[in-house]
Amino acid sequence: MAKRTRTLQQQNLVSVGILHIVLALLSIVFLIPLLWMIATSLSTEKVAGSFPPQFIPTPIEWENYSTAFNYQSDQLGGVPPMLIYARNSLIVCILVVAGAVISNAIVAYSFARLKWPGRDVAFSVTLATMMIPFPVLMVPLYAMYKDFGWIGTFRPLWIPAWFAGAFNIFLLRQFFRTIPFELSEAAKIDGCSEWGIFAKVILPLAKPALAVVALFSFMAAWNDFLAPLLYLQSQETFTLALGLQNFKGQAGGSPIHLQMAASTMVVAPVIILFFFTQRQFIQGIATSGLKG
Amino acid sequence: MKLSSQSKAGLLFALPWFIGFSVFLLYPLLRAFYNSFTEYTVLTPAVWIGGENYQALMKDKVFWQSLGNTFYYAIFAVPLSTIVAIGLALLLNTKVKGQAFYRTFFFLPALVPAVPMAILWLWLFNGEKGIVNYGIQVLNDHNWLFQVPKPNWLGDKTVAKNVLVIMSTWTVGHAMVIYLAGLQQVPLALYEAADLDGASPIRKTFKITLPMLSPVIMFNVIMSIITSFQIFTQPYIMFPGGAPERSTYFYSMYIYDAAFRDNNMGYASAMGWIMFLIIFILTFFARKYMDKKVHYEAN
Repeated sequence: MAKRTRTLQQQNLVSVGILHIVLALLSIVFLIPLLWMIATSLSTEKVAGSFPPQFIPTPIEWENYSTAFNYQSDQLGGVPPMLIYARNSLIVCILVVAGAVISNAIVAYSFARLKWPGRDVAFSVTLATMMIPFPVLMVPLYAMYKDFGWIGTFRPLWIPAWFAGAFNIFLLRQFFRTIPFELSEAAKIDGCSEWGIFAKVILPLAKPALAVVALFSFMAAWNDFLAPLLYLQSQETFTLALGLQNFKGQAGGSPIHLQMAASTMVVAPVIILFFFTQRQFIQGIATSGLKG
Repeated sequence: MKLSSQSKAGLLFALPWFIGFSVFLLYPLLRAFYNSFTEYTVLTPAVWIGGENYQALMKDKVFWQSLGNTFYYAIFAVPLSTIVAIGLALLLNTKVKGQAFYRTFFFLPALVPAVPMAILWLWLFNGEKGIVNYGIQVLNDHNWLFQVPKPNWLGDKTVAKNVLVIMSTWTVGHAMVIYLAGLQQVPLALYEAADLDGASPIRKTFKITLPMLSPVIMFNVIMSIITSFQIFTQPYIMFPGGAPERSTYFYSMYIYDAAFRDNNMGYASAMGWIMFLIIFILTFFARKYMDKKVHYEAN
């Protein structure tokens, strides 16, 4: 009996060892592209173009970052374009996040905790809108924004965010439904209006879920390329995604080590944000994919 | 009908979405439908031409090519990325030490925005100096198993699309996290019962884990079909004009070009509606097929 347990333990050790080797190898595969991006971003032009590639470039060229940052500053009156793009992205992101959090919270509250005729049908229709591909909408939206005089401004990028959206409504509704209804009842007996219940009882409890909506909307706005491509025209209004594409293509293609430095600068904020909010992030994604 | 105060509040709270839905979704969708039967540029008003746009599309080689490319991408990217995501989730679900670290590593690529991702992948798959071909060369130099060809990834029309398929398997972080959460909801009692029967880990995976996970898989596959049909940013940046020889020219790129390069808004709208119908039909059948499957296996 004792012998049998030992072999079982040994087997276990072996399989755990194999598992770690497999996971470590996979981790390398998943991380190499990012590591190589950073390696190239710190290479001199000569090292970046050398073959075989140098994973730890010598010398390490920190200057690439300031060069990429200041690249073609003369085009925008001496201000580094990257700085302008970053400012634009931040403006759009802040407006989108504020609008998405506020509007989706209000609407999701209605779907989750208030009864009204046609609610469930309206919710099914809401979920079905996730099937509508953006390319079918982009032509009419463009014409509509043109009529509004919004082309060339940030408005097409952030105003729609203030009118809620299916994905976030779904996400928040899931969460709102888990809050005990007795709390609402008690507040009502105390003379709270629906708005009072929403603002004073539900919202404070929903902070983690609202943080998830804020995170996802930030990411979506930060990453979006097609909408800025459609609606923004002059370089001073470009967001980082659009600016980075512009950077890549300038003068028949900017040098690769600078492209990598600029790309790293666009990726880094997202990764840093992720490390600070990892728990909410992972939990938010998990809820978004599971039916409650 | 007299509305209760709660109904009034409910409708009022939902009002932002009613407006958003009508203005930013329903109206453009219907207007695109109308426009698809017109000849229309941004500068001139729409002129009704009946089904001419649709007829012209049926004879348009580029339309069929871009549709074919898009189907090719979806047919490979959806199953492959689903398998990779489930595989990673299963490995992580073994409660191995350091699970959180591995999970973070696998997730990180999914955070990379599309534009820097496209620029990075151009560099990785560069035919001469790319790290992918370097890796292949190292394998070949060591005579490892067999000689692997070193394709000109970005310049060969039979290969270029596959670079995007490979990219889809690198960015499965979101799906992986969802599957992992789904796996953690499978009741442990089922495994304990199977252990008593002496079932092997592989048998448990196929007989318990995957069937229990099937509703989550269904949801993810549908979302993944919808997004893969809209692929735009990466090919737009990596392969201008769908180079080489339009082998990477995807449906969304053609809609974009038809509308904003050729200024042929009616034509683009017709294409948009065809895309909408394709996604609608695929989602419908995916649901129907998988509903049966999910139901069948879960019982």
